[in-house]
Amino acid sequence: MKIVDVAKLLNAEIVAGDATKEKEVTCIFASDLMSDVLAFARDEDVLISGLSNPQLVRTAALLDMHCIILVRGKAATDDIISLCDKKGIACLTTKLGMYEACGLLFQKNLIPNKAKSK
Amino acid sequence: MSSNSVHLEFDVVGNNFVSAGSASNEVKGILKQLGIDPLVIRKIAVAMYEGEINMVIHAGGGRAIVDIFEDKIEIVLIDTGEGIEDVELAMKEGYSTASESIRNLGFGAGMGLPNMKRFSDKFELESEVGKGTTIKMSMLFPE
Repeated sequence: MKIVDVAKLLNAEIVAGDATKEKEVTCIFASDLMSDVLAFARDEDVLISGLSNPQLVRTAALLDMHCIILVRGKAATDDIISLCDKKGIACLTTKLGMYEACGLLFQKNLIPNKAKSK
Repeated sequence: MSSNSVHLEFDVVGNNFVSAGSASNEVKGILKQLGIDPLVIRKIAVAMYEGEINMVIHAGGGRAIVDIFEDKIEIVLIDTGEGIEDVELAMKEGYSTASESIRNLGFGAGMGLPNMKRFSDKFELESEVGKGTTIKMSMLFPE
């Protein structure tokens, strides 16, 4: 699914990394704990979190992810927006909770990671 | 002894969460340019990032020294912070002394040191209370 379609599905706004919105994504990791993301994420290209600070972007960039989604109506700070634009990572914000956002994406066959799909 | 191709040094600024992670991101970029396997780069970047974050949170900053050889990378993280009282306990997954405000930033889950060890081929930690901590990690590049 393209990032722009993910945004539509979650009724989300694309607030940064607009240039990346046509990119296809397939795997998603969701967590508020960045150390857990670092420890357990494998080849996911989207990170869903309720966390709103630059470390979210740094973590996503470190793991070569293309998109971050801020849930529960968290606003993206200026730091987040500028870092996303610099790293070419799309930043989406939605009022949905993490569970609902994950559920909607799971229904559309976006999976936890490629290794698990085998 | 393999020949040293790249030597890098970084100052890691304490309590600065905006710049935290910039050194590991830079190392990651260099390893990419050198054509290192992406999975190996990820291990190295994650371990170094956790180390940087630890120095930012717990030690008031420190220094990261990176040497990239033909067959491996060596990362030395040196701080002059409070030191670790019980290293064995600090190495346990889930154990953390981070404050509530740090946890609100998404860190302090007690995974930092375990992640660093998990993603290193060789991991050494020396710490003295009141003097600081030195961590040496090395990761091999597969042939």
